[in-house]
Amino acid sequence: MSVLIRIPTPLRPLTNGQNEVQETGGSVQEILDKLTVRYPGIGERLLDEKGDVRRFINIYVNEEDIRFRDGVQTALKEGDELSIIPAIAGGSR
Amino acid sequence: MELTEEQVLRYSRHILLPEVGGVGQSRLLSSSVLVIGAGGLGSPVALYLAAAGVGHIGLVDMDQVDLSNLQRQVIHRTSDVGRMKVSSAKEKIALLNPDVRVTEYPFPLMADNASDIAVQYDVLVDGTDNFAAKFLINDLAILTDRPLVHAGILRFVGQVLTVLPGKSACYRCLFREPPPVGAVPTCSEAGVLGVIAGVIGTIQATEVLKILLNRGELLVDRLLTYDALPASFRNVKVRRNPRCPVCGDHPTITELHDYEQPVCTTPVIP
Repeated sequence: MSVLIRIPTPLRPLTNGQNEVQETGGSVQEILDKLTVRYPGIGERLLDEKGDVRRFINIYVNEEDIRFRDGVQTALKEGDELSIIPAIAGGSR
Repeated sequence: MELTEEQVLRYSRHILLPEVGGVGQSRLLSSSVLVIGAGGLGSPVALYLAAAGVGHIGLVDMDQVDLSNLQRQVIHRTSDVGRMKVSSAKEKIALLNPDVRVTEYPFPLMADNASDIAVQYDVLVDGTDNFAAKFLINDLAILTDRPLVHAGILRFVGQVLTVLPGKSACYRCLFREPPPVGAVPTCSEAGVLGVIAGVIGTIQATEVLKILLNRGELLVDRLLTYDALPASFRNVKVRRNPRCPVCGDHPTITELHDYEQPVCTTPVIP
């Protein structure tokens, strides 16, 4: 399955500045594994030591949070879009 | 509240809208909003709410105006550098609309003072720049049962979420806890295109007016994200988490806590 992955600003230095990348995979886990191989360092930014998505980062398949589907095991189909959305804090200073 | 002749003229473009009208305008004039942070987001929020005739605006900010603020904090002027932000902002609001009463809180919002302040207002607006404050304000909204319009901005992106306590997902349903210190950069570390504060702050002000007027569909149970570079707005679904520690069915957070998070830390960009 070819999937479009939207890369948030803070991670773009790891994807050579690209804000969208394509990968193929049948599940979110497979996509994350491939991203980690292709863009070293991205895996540890997204996942903790246990392999769970970090708590201040959410991953969406299309518009749906994977926590409400099957987590990283969530199955993907051709044309799905995967968005990575971290918490951001700016605003005042 | 009866509108004066001058007010009918001042707010005529509102009154012309069937969704606002004289009744809605009177409602705005008798409403109160607490704007936490008188900086990048707080500037457009406070200015537009003042222009709209929100009768009472509370401003919380412990900081003084710095030259580096003026690139985006449009309520302040070059001559305000060194002044307290709340005083500078109060002055601009008075010049813009004498109908608006402003209360200044020139100190940080903390667990021990936040509730007493928040209960005096109808709606809370998060215009702060750090996770410690954002989680505190979320919990404050839930514990005092006040609607909250949350936002964050960084570099070229912004996020907005409206929280209706007891009815919609809260910020903690979305992001469980603050990231470790230094894990996510703040604006002062990573930069922000100044106008992002304007785009996102005016969306926050719009949400506040919709809450006060009880009109339209709020940004509840969905996070609006704006990315300036591709010029795209996107919504992602957010669900109320029954196990949310503050708004879930069995909350473990029943009082406010301060989080240790210095604003300026060396970033480890995630």
